[in-house]
Amino acid sequence: MLTVSALTRLYISVSFELNDGECIALQGPSGVGKTLLLRAIADLDPNAGAIKLDGALREAVPAPLWRKQVTYVAAEPGWWADTVQEHFTDWNDAIPLVARLGLPHNCGTWQIQRLSTGEKQRLGLARALMLQSRVLLLDEPTSALDATSTTIVESIIAERISSGTGVIWSTHDSSQAQRVGSRLFVMSSGGHIEEHQL
Amino acid sequence: MTYIQLSYGDLILPALLVVMDGALSLVLHLKLERQLAIATVRMVVQLVLVGYVLTFLFAVVSPIWTALAAFIMVIFASREIMVRQKRRLLGFWTYGLGAGCTLLAAGTVTMFSLLTQLHPEPWYHPRYALPLLGMILGNTMTGISLGLDVLTNGLVRERAAVEACLALGGTRYQALLPVLRDALRSGFMPTINGMAAIGLVSLPGMMTGQILAGAEPIDAVKYQLLIMFLIAGGTGLGTLAAVMGGGRLLTDHRHRLRLDRIAAETPG
Repeated sequence: MLTVSALTRLYISVSFELNDGECIALQGPSGVGKTLLLRAIADLDPNAGAIKLDGALREAVPAPLWRKQVTYVAAEPGWWADTVQEHFTDWNDAIPLVARLGLPHNCGTWQIQRLSTGEKQRLGLARALMLQSRVLLLDEPTSALDATSTTIVESIIAERISSGTGVIWSTHDSSQAQRVGSRLFVMSSGGHIEEHQL
Repeated sequence: MTYIQLSYGDLILPALLVVMDGALSLVLHLKLERQLAIATVRMVVQLVLVGYVLTFLFAVVSPIWTALAAFIMVIFASREIMVRQKRRLLGFWTYGLGAGCTLLAAGTVTMFSLLTQLHPEPWYHPRYALPLLGMILGNTMTGISLGLDVLTNGLVRERAAVEACLALGGTRYQALLPVLRDALRSGFMPTINGMAAIGLVSLPGMMTGQILAGAEPIDAVKYQLLIMFLIAGGTGLGTLAAVMGGGRLLTDHRHRLRLDRIAAETPG
């Protein structure tokens, strides 16, 4: 279980719990602070508060290890090497997942600069899913995808949720929030969060 | 060793060449005459002053005066490093990183050469210590400023890539490595290029000076080789310290990228 107590980042101050095998859908207007919140939980920006995973305080865990367990996936993933496969610890292990996401087996050798926005988004998600994290912080993970790819991503994440992964899923799509979430957090200006049951 | 001494009067005729440049600027409307005049006056005043200061320092041969002169040179070098940055570190580190690394690298290499190769008597003799420090300082400064410039600009440009690596559990060293490598390459490149071209494209200033002062060319070459090795060592050490130090300052203990520690881009 992920416990967030008095997490403070700039104007955001929130407390909540995310159970294992649960998905919280996060909605709110652009610029309201959804990304700030997800990044703060992953400890990618300076923030205050007590964040625990199964009772273990975040600060007691080395930051790289924390992020392998509580993984933030950006809407527009970044790339630090030239080819796709260089971004995976073991590319061969990733091939079945990548194929399921609708990409060919040989895309490992593709140059990053020739990828479309949708390909980047699916590969960025695959790269994060390979970590088998306890918690996934998904920042609009299907914003650049067509309906078919979106359905595939939703079903893959649903499987992960069934096997115990906790997910916070930021989306502008209300129907997607209804489909994927068991609870809905609506963030308004000032970083205030209102909770709804779905 | 004998050399042909020059009087100030001997410099009047060559100075007319600069006047010729000014005339060209006027005729061709280059609008460089004002800059040229200021640069020329600055050069003359600065060099003559340095001449008198060195004459004084060589006469007193004092460790305190030599150290003070070296300190002032390092301060000017660190200011130059700061001025050359498009994006500067905030607070103390704006000057501190450049000054610290310059002092570390140029100081270490100068001391090394004085104590192991040249053995002047006394070891801090300003006739040897200050010219050596000056040459090493100039090149180290260039390496450090280029390295830091590429580092800060690279981290701003590659922020998404760096943070993607961090978000997937990479350490700050792993995430910064591509940018650190680019920064180190940029810092080393002028020295490597200079070493490759030396003697073919141009004769280095110090070697030319020694030859004009009556030294045998092969002796001048040996001195120049010593200087080039020292410059390579100083630049390598200084650039490495500045880039790695910069990388550490722009991340924190929780392996987060801290671009908030960089000031806004300076225009121009």
